[in-house]
Amino acid sequence: MAVTTGTNVMNNVEAVRATLYEALKNDPRTLVMGEDVGPRGNVFLITKGFLDEFGPQRVLDTPLAEASIVGIAVGMAMEGLRPIAEIQFSDFIFPAFNQIVGEAAKTRYRSNGDFTCPLVIRTPYGGGVRGSLSHSISVEALFYHVPGLKIVAPSTPADMKGLLNAAIDDPDPVLYLEHKKTYRLIKGEVPDGHYTIPIGKAAVRKEGHQLTVVSYGLNVHQALEAANQLEADEALKVEVIDLRSIRPMDKQTILASVRKTRKLLIIHEDNKFGGIGAEISAMVAEEALFDLDAPIHRLCGPDVPPMGYALPLEEEFMISTERMKQRMREMVKF
Amino acid sequence: MAKAPSAQAHAPAPAVAASHHELSKEQLRAIFRSMLLQRTVDNRGFQLNRQGKIPFAAGSEGHEAVQAGAGMAFQRGRDLLVPYYRDVGLCMACGFPTIEVFYSLFARAKDNGGGRQFPSHLTKKSAGIFSFSSIIAGHMAHAVGAAYALKYRNERDRAVICTFGEGATSEGEWHEAMNFAGLHRLPIVFLCENNQWAISTPQEKQMAVKDVAIKASGYGMEGVIIDGFDPIAVYDAVAAAREKAASGGGPTLIEAKCYRFLSHTTDDDDRTYRSKEEVESHRKDDPVPRFERWLVEHGVVSTVEVEALKKDVLREVNECTDAAEAEPYPQASELYTNLVEGAWEPWQ
Repeated sequence: MAVTTGTNVMNNVEAVRATLYEALKNDPRTLVMGEDVGPRGNVFLITKGFLDEFGPQRVLDTPLAEASIVGIAVGMAMEGLRPIAEIQFSDFIFPAFNQIVGEAAKTRYRSNGDFTCPLVIRTPYGGGVRGSLSHSISVEALFYHVPGLKIVAPSTPADMKGLLNAAIDDPDPVLYLEHKKTYRLIKGEVPDGHYTIPIGKAAVRKEGHQLTVVSYGLNVHQALEAANQLEADEALKVEVIDLRSIRPMDKQTILASVRKTRKLLIIHEDNKFGGIGAEISAMVAEEALFDLDAPIHRLCGPDVPPMGYALPLEEEFMISTERMKQRMREMVKF
Repeated sequence: MAKAPSAQAHAPAPAVAASHHELSKEQLRAIFRSMLLQRTVDNRGFQLNRQGKIPFAAGSEGHEAVQAGAGMAFQRGRDLLVPYYRDVGLCMACGFPTIEVFYSLFARAKDNGGGRQFPSHLTKKSAGIFSFSSIIAGHMAHAVGAAYALKYRNERDRAVICTFGEGATSEGEWHEAMNFAGLHRLPIVFLCENNQWAISTPQEKQMAVKDVAIKASGYGMEGVIIDGFDPIAVYDAVAAAREKAASGGGPTLIEAKCYRFLSHTTDDDDRTYRSKEEVESHRKDDPVPRFERWLVEHGVVSTVEVEALKKDVLREVNECTDAAEAEPYPQASELYTNLVEGAWEPWQ
C-alpha cells in the first residue's frame, strides 16, 4: 500500500493540497474544477498556484452553478477523465443533489456496468468557525442513505491524504468531506509518496475496555482529548474509534469494540435525528443488543439548523470537549 | 437552413428541402428505412403493452425525420450520442441494434442495462451511446462534460450530439449546460426535438418565446430552426453543426420542430388535454408518408421498392419481437450486482 521514504508534518489543508498536487502531477486524466479554484486558488487556498503549473484546462474555474459542476464532472468521468470536483462549501451542494444521488451514484448500476463514474466530489463541511447558517452545515446524513455513493470524512492529515488518494483511485463516485475547522487546527505527520487508506475501514485511535466512542471529523480529536484526560485523571479506559468512512461503514470494527466494552457512545456534530448515529445505533442494536450493559447514547448537534452566527448560538450548537467528558464518565459508571 | 429568430414551423411547409444536401440515393433509402423502422418499433411497443406483454412503452411517432436525419449525420465510431428517453429511433439510426431495443422493451437479461431501466433508456458504450436517467435535462451536463473530455484530449474530428425535448429547456441544468458549452466552445451539437408537448404541458406553458432556438444567443452560440418533419433538412443542419463542432467552431443549438402523435407513454391518455383535431391537423404532414412520396416522386425508390422495404422492416421487427420475448428475465440476484466495483457494503 505505501511506498514511503519519510514523513512531513502538515495540517489538514496542506495534506489535501499536497495530495491534489500529486494527483495532477501523476495522472493526466485528473483535473480539479469548481468555483474559484483558479487564480484565487480556492477559498481556503488549497489549489493556490495550481493554475500556473497545470493550466486552465486542468484547474478549471467553473461558472457559479453547482448542479453542473457535478453534472459536467459526471460526463467527464463517463468519458474517461478523472475529475476532482469541488463544492466550495457543503452548504452549497444542494443544487447538485440530483447529479450526485440521481446520476453519479446510479451510473454504473443503471447501465449494468456499461458506464462507470470515477468521480471525487470534495467539499468543506462543519462549523465552529463563525460560518453561520450557510457555511457550517454537515451534509453526510443527507447522502448516506444512497446506495452506491461512498462517503469519507477523514480527520487527520495522514488520513486526508490516504483517503483522498483512495477516492481518486476509486472507480466509483466518492463524496469527500473535509471538516473546515480541522483545516489548520489539526497537524500531524504525513508519509511521503503515494499511499491509500482503504475506504470503509475505521481506525481505533485509542484503546480501552470500558466504553466505545464512535465519531468522525473534528469530534474525533475532541473525543480523544476527553478520553485521554479521563484516563490520566480518573483512570477510565475509553476506546475511541475514528470512523473515517461514513459509507461503506466499518461494521466489524464497531461491533468488535462494542462486544469488548459493552457500551456505546456515538458523537457527531451533525443533527441527531436521522444522523449517522441513528444507523450505527440500529446496527448495534440488531447485531449486539445482548452484549450491551447500557443503553446506546448519541451526543450530537441539536435538531435545529446549524448554526447561529452569534457566538453563544454557535457554542451552544457545537459539542464541547467538556460535554464529551461528562457523558463518557456517566456511561463508564452506568 | 433558417436561422433564429425567424420562426419556421413545419406545418405550412410540406415540401422536402432537398436543395443543397449531398446525400446519395443509398443514404436517402437508409434514412427512409430508419423512419419506417422507428414507426414499426413504436407501434409494436404499444401493441405489446396493450397485449399485456410489457408494462410500459414510450413512442416517438412524429420524431422519425428528426431522428433518422440526425442519425445519418452521426459519425459512428467517432461521435458520442447523449440522448433522452424519446430517442429509440435515433439510437437505432446511430448503430444501436434493433434486437437490443426489444431486450429493453421486454426487460430481458440480455438488455445492455440488465433490465433495470424503463424501455427507451438505452445504453451502449461501444456504440458511443451514453447511459441516461429519466430525470429531464440531467443528461445535458453529462454531454457537456463528455465534450469537454474530447477537447481536453485534443481529439479532433469528434463531436457530441445531445438531444432533448422543448420541456427540458425549462430546467436549470439545461441552462447551466448550455452556458458552459458556449463558454468553452465545446464540440457539441444540441438538438431540441420540439414536439410541442411535455406530457400534457404545451410549449406555451414552458416558455415565453415561440422558438427554443433564440435562447442560443444567450450562450454565445448559433441557433437554428428546422422543419423536423423533413429528414433532409435535419441531416443538413446536424451535419453542418457537427462539422463545425468537430473542427473547433463550437456548439450549435438546433431546434427541430416536430410533433408528438402518440400519448406521452402507454400510461398516458392525450385525449384528456388536447383535441383530436389538433393531432389530426399534424397527421396531414406525417413525415413518414411525406418522405415516401418525395422519394417516389424524385425517383429514389419505386413504389415496389417501398413495399419491399416495409415488408423487410416488419419482418425484422417480428423476428426481434419473437427472439427477445423468448429470452429469460434477469435473475433476481442481479438486483445486487454492478452497484460499485466489487461488493458494496461487506456485510451484505
